[in-house]
Parts: sequence; structure tokens; C-alpha cells
Amino acid sequence: MSSLVSAPAVHSLWTTAADPISKINAPKIEYGQLSPTLIVIGAAVLGVLVEAFVPRKSRYYVQAFLAVVALAAAFAAVVGLAAGGYGTTKAHIAAMGAIAVDGPALFLQGTILLAGLVSIFMFAERRLDPEAHGNRVDSFAAQASAVPGGDTEKAAIKAGFTTTEVFPLALFAIGGMLVFPSANDLLTLFIALEVFSLPLYLLCALARRKRLMSQEAAVKYFLLGAFASAFTLFGIALLYGYAGSVSYATIASVVDGSITNVDPALADTMGNDALLLIGMALVGMGLLFKVGAVPFHMWTPDVYQGAPTPVTGFMAAGTKVAAFGALLRLLYVVVPGMRWDWRPVMWAVAIVTMLGGAVVAITQTDIKRLLAYSSIAHAGFILAGVIAMTPDGVSSVLFYLVAYSFVTIGAFAVVTLVRDAGGEATHLSKWAGLGRRSPLVAAVFAVFLLAFAGIPLTSGFAGKFAVFKAAAAGGAGPLVVVGVVSSAVAAFFYIRVIVLMFFSEPKADGPTVAVPSPLTMTTIAVGVAVTVVLGLAPQYFLNLASQAGVFVR
Amino acid sequence: MNTENLIALLVAAPLLGAAVLLCGGRALDRVGHLLGTLLAAVSFVIAVVLFSDLVGKSPHDRTLTQHLFSWVPVEGFQADVSFQLDQLSMTFVLLITGVGTLIHMYSIGYMEHDERRRRFFGYLNLFLAAMLLLVLADNYLLLYVGWEGVGLASYLLIGFWQHKPSAATAAKKAFLVNRVGDMGLSIAIMIMFSTFGTFAFKPVFDSVGDTSQGKLTAIGLTLLLAACGKSAQVPLQSWLGDAMEGPTPVSALIHAATMVTAGVYLIVRSGVIFNGAPDAQLATAVVGAVTLMFGAIVGCAKDDIKKALAGSTMSQIGYMVLAAGLGPVGYVFAIMHLVTHGFFKAGLFLGAGSVMHGMNDEVDMRRYGALRKYMPITFATFTLAYLAIIGFPGLSGFFSKDKIIEAAFAKGGTEGWILGITAVVGAAVTAFYMTRIMLMTFFGEKRWVPDEQGNEPHPHEAPSSMTIPMLVLAVGSVFAGGIFSLGDRFLKWLEPVTGHTEGHSPISTGAITGATVACMLIGMGVAWVMYGRRDVPALAPRGSLLTRAARRDLLQDDFNHVVLVRGGEHLTRSLVYVDHTLVDGVVNGTAASVGGLSGRLRKLQNGYVRSYAVSMFGGAAVIIAATLLMRAV
Repeated sequence: MSSLVSAPAVHSLWTTAADPISKINAPKIEYGQLSPTLIVIGAAVLGVLVEAFVPRKSRYYVQAFLAVVALAAAFAAVVGLAAGGYGTTKAHIAAMGAIAVDGPALFLQGTILLAGLVSIFMFAERRLDPEAHGNRVDSFAAQASAVPGGDTEKAAIKAGFTTTEVFPLALFAIGGMLVFPSANDLLTLFIALEVFSLPLYLLCALARRKRLMSQEAAVKYFLLGAFASAFTLFGIALLYGYAGSVSYATIASVVDGSITNVDPALADTMGNDALLLIGMALVGMGLLFKVGAVPFHMWTPDVYQGAPTPVTGFMAAGTKVAAFGALLRLLYVVVPGMRWDWRPVMWAVAIVTMLGGAVVAITQTDIKRLLAYSSIAHAGFILAGVIAMTPDGVSSVLFYLVAYSFVTIGAFAVVTLVRDAGGEATHLSKWAGLGRRSPLVAAVFAVFLLAFAGIPLTSGFAGKFAVFKAAAAGGAGPLVVVGVVSSAVAAFFYIRVIVLMFFSEPKADGPTVAVPSPLTMTTIAVGVAVTVVLGLAPQYFLNLASQAGVFVR
Repeated sequence: MNTENLIALLVAAPLLGAAVLLCGGRALDRVGHLLGTLLAAVSFVIAVVLFSDLVGKSPHDRTLTQHLFSWVPVEGFQADVSFQLDQLSMTFVLLITGVGTLIHMYSIGYMEHDERRRRFFGYLNLFLAAMLLLVLADNYLLLYVGWEGVGLASYLLIGFWQHKPSAATAAKKAFLVNRVGDMGLSIAIMIMFSTFGTFAFKPVFDSVGDTSQGKLTAIGLTLLLAACGKSAQVPLQSWLGDAMEGPTPVSALIHAATMVTAGVYLIVRSGVIFNGAPDAQLATAVVGAVTLMFGAIVGCAKDDIKKALAGSTMSQIGYMVLAAGLGPVGYVFAIMHLVTHGFFKAGLFLGAGSVMHGMNDEVDMRRYGALRKYMPITFATFTLAYLAIIGFPGLSGFFSKDKIIEAAFAKGGTEGWILGITAVVGAAVTAFYMTRIMLMTFFGEKRWVPDEQGNEPHPHEAPSSMTIPMLVLAVGSVFAGGIFSLGDRFLKWLEPVTGHTEGHSPISTGAITGATVACMLIGMGVAWVMYGRRDVPALAPRGSLLTRAARRDLLQDDFNHVVLVRGGEHLTRSLVYVDHTLVDGVVNGTAASVGGLSGRLRKLQNGYVRSYAVSMFGGAAVIIAATLLMRAV
């Protein structure tokens, strides 16, 4: 931009605002249609009050109960809205243009709520670690503010403190995730991004064991997340400069040329394609950071490894669903008119993401890092479906997100069970011979690994087949070839873990498998059930996803 | 009730028996053999009912079909499970179920002391079901199912005494050699499908007229390869001798009377194709002629009674294949000889089994002798079957073999002379080796020796469950040929299916018959001079070069070993070498380079937030630049 904004134009920014305000219209909010988000956020606020007013002894029960009820109620609300036709015929933009209520939004919100619910079960699990001073403990630090290994921490453990704040934090994060894929203007998008990111940064720092590593992960995540947010915000500013609005619909109209009247204040920038392209790239980058696409993926392994495992499972699933939802909406609603500009770039990102995730995973020795790289490769596979730019592309991505969420949460839930004296035994060498010692746990994990690898009769195969089919039909044949090659590479390290579990001699000092409470059992059982059902009978869910695959504009 | 609905029951009865006996477990040990025999008999009764129904119809209306279900209902690839019962199938069904039932009965006695008798009957029933499927199928694909089924049953039964390494090896050998032939059949079916778009008999035969001779020759030769494997014809003959490791009833039923004749069935059934491919026909005739001499020579040198009979089987099937290779002149006689052979060869094997039963399972004929006094019924039935096989005038073999020799001469030209003279000389050799077996087994002095446990043999007549089947088969051996030939009954019966043209041999039929009988008498005489007048030495003399070669099955195994086994070993070794170096090299190289790349990329993940941020920044810059560049292009 060669010229600065002219002085009168700047002046007009002040002067127009100085006109007498005769009346402020009360905003029209469709509370019913926003009820899923409102329930979750409301419960989160209530959770803060619980922290303040409920005695420490009973906080755990109250918080866990509150969270579960809120998520179940919100899910019921989503189902009610979908049944009421808000996913199809009554889909529209609510809350003064800020939030879309349509098929993809409801589908993804339902997915996030279910994934959040089974994650909350893991959060509430208190049977895995041995009791400390007669108190049951969960995966989270006794007192987050205490210095790791310090006297305060010891005193907190002795007093039986637990960080029950994780429940409202998770609810806030889920609330943000619910808004993220349904946000219909850039500012709402940004607010949602921050609402779900900030609690996650905190949650990452709260591990009971290996606290330093957990805190390091949190700091890294926070710094890089802030960095990415800055990019996003800058991109939003540029897009506003281009279109004179942050509303998706308006930007889309400017892109396709149906709005041409120029805001005099933005006379120099409106319609400048460079702003549009750079702005889109920056906003897109913020989303690619959240889904963990190469080259914005580098936080993933460190954070996945350092965060408490229930949090890892929760954010691996929830963040991905929310961010891909937002990405889909952005690409399908705002800039379908300029797909020829962004598709080649997205191709490249998808290719390096698939290959990069799969290749680097080969040399990982920690199960959590391995799953982190696996999640990167899967982000690449999902991107292949996103790029298709067809209705099938949307529905296949929606299906894949459901399949992937439950496999991931289930896999991390199994990781929480395999423990030795130092807590979770995440080094792969410790998993040798697990199949001999605990055949059931190893078999369940093997099911998840096969689903990750995309072996038929698991949800992973159905999902992968759907996205690759959509990508091929959308003209991205070479992308599919790379995807299949990456899948082959990825299969190696998934199968290697299976081989390790079933065909290696168990080590003498190997880990033991903790017997969880029904909470974690439920999480794992739901994971297996979804994996198998979506693998054996995917058609019903594919149909559901394709009914829900139309964005409102 | 429509009789065609009974066809499936023919197969279903023994199949049910196999399923029940093999899955039933120990609980059925006490009744298993009776159940198996009963179901074989049920199948035979159904066959008789169907036969009487067919006879009641006019000759050109004697084809029953039954469509069971659509097996592979894919567009462009229709495979049905449906049956076709015509005169040719009917003949086989009667032979299979009839002889099969007799041999089931015989096995009750023969296998009495075997603790796995139930399983044995299960396998026999499985064989019957597969063999019936083979001859009843109305398309080549279903025929192939039966073809593989009998191969499986044959494998299981040859290796039935699997605790003996020789039996296990023989089973494996039979299986492997048969695979070569099966490959021929599967290729033939593929060529058929690509040429005709179907493999059902009727449409294939109907469209033969519009097909090039080259295609037909290819189909014919691959079918011939299949027939060679199943019917132990040169060059795929090597398994039959070893197959005698199986229990003797198996040798009688599968490796003499029925399964080994499946190749002849295949050729005659595909007669329309062979008629359009004279080269394939000639090859068939040559294979038959070569095998009939080959088998006969091997049969002359064997001291093991079952192996001598196996050589004879090979030789007699050689006659049938020769006849089938002569075209419409010979088809009917091939099948006629097949049926008469079914009677007398099964009778000979059951007789051999009876002898072994009485002689502590001794098989070496040099340790027999003088048994006629101890086993009168066995001796009588064996003698009748013997006279039948050597073509003694008036008995079954005489009629059927004589017709084949006439048909061979009728081929005309040099080929006709060569094939005809081979067939006549073969008759002489047949007479020689069969007389040799008779003399060494039933005449002369006792040369009995105690078995390995020191038990003196006490030869005795077998129980009635064994002798009755032998008697029935002996009746067939004597009269079948005459009944078939009287008024050309068999010819008129089969002609509507196979077609028939009258042969015109260059010399009179009387002269041919005379020469054949003379040759037979010469063969008998030579055998009498060598084994009847002189004592049979307990140890085989060294013998001439030919004798020694014949004892080693004319060096077939040596040939196979040098050419195929060694060659195959070299081939596999070089392939393994290529696999290890080239294929594994590429695969492992790829894996290693991916792994190396992974190790290097992994170092980028150094744990420092600053370098992560740089990577994000760089990525953002590249993406922005690329996006702008896309617009510029």
C-alpha cells in the first residue's frame, strides 16, 4: 500500500461517529437457537461460583456433576435443534449475523459435545494414581500455583487438594469450540478462538506428574498460540480493509462483486485483492495452526506430550473438530469465489502435512508424541477432503472428524491406563509385550491403531475412503496418491506398535495396567463402539453428514 | 413329481454324509461306516430311478436339467449351480454310485480295525459328492468345483495313513502333479470365457462353429493337459503309482474305477470342441497310445501287486484316451471301455485287497504263491476280472478293447497303422503282465514269509462284506461288455450325446480281432514260460536294462527330478536372489531412506519455541508469497 490514508478520511472516522445517536436498537438474540452454547458457558460460569462458594470436600462431585449435566443438556439441545429442522430447512444466521445455525454447525457442535462429555469422564477419573495420604487423586496438580516439588505442593497434596477448576475451564473451552465453527463474522471467530484457547493453555499446565514438562508445554503452547492469534487478528484487519466489514456474507459479496459501493473511509483499500489474499492467508494460517498442519504443527508433539493425557485427548479431538469446522465455513462461505487462488496453496499444505506427519512419526519413541504426529498426518488427510470443494467434501470431512475424535480420545484414554512408578509409562519400549500381560487393553489399543491406520471394518477406513473419494472426485487425484502413500508410511508405525505389544517379550520391570473406574471404561467403550459401528455400518452416518453438509450464507 | 428335481439329491446325499461324518465327532464312530454306506446306496437308488426315467423317454429327449441357484450373479459373468443329466452323465452316475456303494460295503470289512474308520467313510462320501458334481455340472466352472473336490478327496485318502511318511509324500505328490493339470483346466475355462463369454456347456458347444481353429486347439490342448493330470497320462503320470499308498478300497474306487477316468469324461464331454481341433485330437490320441504302452511296460516289471495294477490302470486309461482322441469314431467306445474297466479293475483291486488282507498286508508278489487253494472266492473273482481285462473272447474287456483297436485302425493313413499296431501290441503286453500277476499270486509254490513282527501269514477268505462286492463286480466283468455290445445297445444309448460315425478300417474287423486274440495268447504264453513253468525267485533277478528302467517307472521320477525339481530349484533360488537383492533392496532402501529422512526432520523439532516461531513465520511468508504468486500467474 503505497499511500497513507488521507487526512480527511481519517478525520471522517471521528466526525461520522459524532452524529447524535437517536436510538440504540436492542440486539435480537435467538436464545433458543444458541442454547447449546449458552448452557455450556452458563455452566462454566456456575462452575466458577462453585469454586468460590462450595466447600472443598464436595467440589469435585459438584463440578463433575455440573459438567456432565451441562454437556448432556447441551447435546440434547443440539439434537432438538436438528430435529426442529435448523440443520436443513430452517438454517439461518442468528444473533445479528454473528452466528450461523445450520447443518455443519449443529453436526460439529454435537460432535464436540459428545467428545467433550467422554473427555470429562477422563478428567474425573480418580482411580488410576495410587491414593496420596488417603485421598483419591486425579490427573491434575494438587495446587497449580505451587512450585513443583516445593513445600507448598507437598502440603497441598497432604491436605488432599485437587484442581477442580479443570471442569469449568474445560466447559469454557467447549463453549468456545461450539462457537468457533458456527461463527459467521471474523470478530466472533476470533473471540471464540481465544475463548477456547486460553483455558486449554491453562489445562496443559496442570499435570500432576512431570509438572515441569507440563508447564513447559503450556508456555510453548501459549506463546505460539499468541503468535498465531496475532497473525489471525492481522489477517482480520486486512480483510476488513478489503471489504469494509467483518461479516462473512458481506466479504463474500465483495469477493464475488455483488457489493461495489465503497465505504469512503476505506476508499484506498476496499477491493484491493492483495489485502484479500494476504488477509485470507493469515486468517487461514491461524486455523491451520489450530488443526496442526505443517509448517504450523511444531507445537503439537511437545504439547501433546506435556499436557495431562486427558487434556491431550480432549484437545486433540475438540480443537481439530472446531478448527476444521471454522476452516470449512471460511473456505466454503467466504471465499469460494477465489478458490483458484487458495487451492494450490492448500494442496501443498495438505501434501507436506500428510507426508511430514507420517514420516516423522516413524522415529518417535514416545507413544504420546507418536499420536501427536499421527494427528498431524490425519490433519493432512482431512485437508484433502476440505480442498475438494464439493458437498461430498464437506460431508466426508464431517464424518472423518467424528471418526477421528473418538478414536483419538479412546487411544489417549488407554494411554492413561498403562503406568509404572513414574506415572504413565509413555515410552514405547515399556509397551513391549503388553498384549501378553493385558490382552484386553492391548487388543482395544490395537483396534484404535488399526482405525488410525485406516484398516477396513474400522471407522478410520470409512472416513479415509470418504475423504479420498471426495478429493478424487473434486479433481485432486495426485493428492489422493500422496494420501495413500502417506497412509502406507503411517501404517508402518501403527502396526509396529501392535507388533511390539503382541510379539515382543514383556520386560521384567514393565508397566502395570491400572484398573480404571467406570468413567474411563465408558470413555474407552464409547471409543471402541464408535470405531466399530462407523467401520461396519458407515452409511447411516455418511447420510447424516451429507444431510448436514450445507452451509447457510 | 418331476424327476429332474432328484438330480441335486444325488449329490446331496453323500455330501450330507461327509458333513455329518466329518463334523459329527467320536459319537458317530460306531455307526459312521453304516451311515456312509447307506447314503452311497441312497444315491445309487436315486440314480436307478433316474435311469429308468431316462430309458422311458425318446432317445433325443433324454436330457434333464435342474437349476439350483445362481452362484455368481454378476453382469457379464453368470455362473449357475445347475445340473445336466444326459446319457453320458447317467452312465457315469450309475458307475460312480454303483461301484462306489460296493466299495463302501467292502470297506466296512477292510477298515474294520482302523480307529479312524468314520473319517475314512466321511472322505469316501466327500469323494462321491465331488465326483457326482463333476459329471452332473452343466457348465465348466461347476465341473471345476467337482474336479478340485475329487482332487481333495484323493489327496486326503492317499494320505489317509498319514503316520507313514511314504503315504504323506505320495499324497503330496499326487496333489502337486494334479495342480499342473488343474492349471490346464482353469486356463481352458478362462480361454472359453474370453472367447464365448460363457462357460456353460450348451452355449459353448453351440458357438464352436463360429470360432477359429486356433482358439479351439488352444482350448483342446489345455483340456488335454487337465485330463493328463487327473487321468495319470504321460507326461503327468508319475503320481498314480505312489497313490497306491492309500487304503486298497481307495485304490479301487478312486484310482482305478472312477476319478482317474474323469479326464476321459472331460474329453468326451468336450467332444464338440475337439472335433473342431484336429491337432488337439491327434495329440490326445498320441498321449493315449504312449501311455498305454508306458503303463503296460511298467506293469510288467512291478513286484508290488498294487503298483502292477496301477501300471495296468494307466495303460487301460491310455486305451480310453486313445479312443477319445479318435473323435466321434471312438467316443462311445472310450466310455464303454471306461465302464467295463470300472468293473474289472475295481474287481482286481478288491481282489488284491483281499489277498493283502489275508497275507498280513504283504504286497510283494514274490512272497505270495499258491493262494488259489486258500482263497477260492477271491481266486475265482480275480480270474474272471483277469480274463476280462486281457480281452478273453466273450468277456467284457474283449468287446470294449476290440472296438477301440478297430477304431484306431480306422483312423487311416500312417497314423492309423501306428496307433492300431500300438493298441494290438499293448493287448499282448497286457496279457503278459496280467498273467504274471495271476501266476505269481495264485499258482506255484508258497513263498510266504513272516511279517516284521514274526507273524506267519494264515491266508483265509475275507468276510462276506468284502466278498459280496467282489462277486458283484465279477458278474459285471463277465457280462457288461456283451450286454453293451449286443445290438449296439451302448452305442445307441450314448450316440445322441457324443455323436458317432462308423469307422472303416483298412483291414477287415475279423483280421483285427484274430490278430488281437493271437497277441493275447502270445502274451499269456510268454508269461507262462517265464513264471508258470519256472519257479519264481524270491529276490528279483537283475533283469535287462528295460526291466530295470521299468521297475523305476521308466525313470519318470528321475526325469522329473532332473528337469523339473532341479530346474525349479534353480529358478526359485534365482528368484529368491532377485527378491533379496533387487526387490528387498528397493523396499528396504525406501524404508531406510524414509527412516533417515524421518530422523533428520525430527531434529527440526528441537524443543525451542523460538525456532518453532521461526518455522511458523517462514511458513506464513511462503504461503502469502505463494498465494500472491498464484494470482500473478
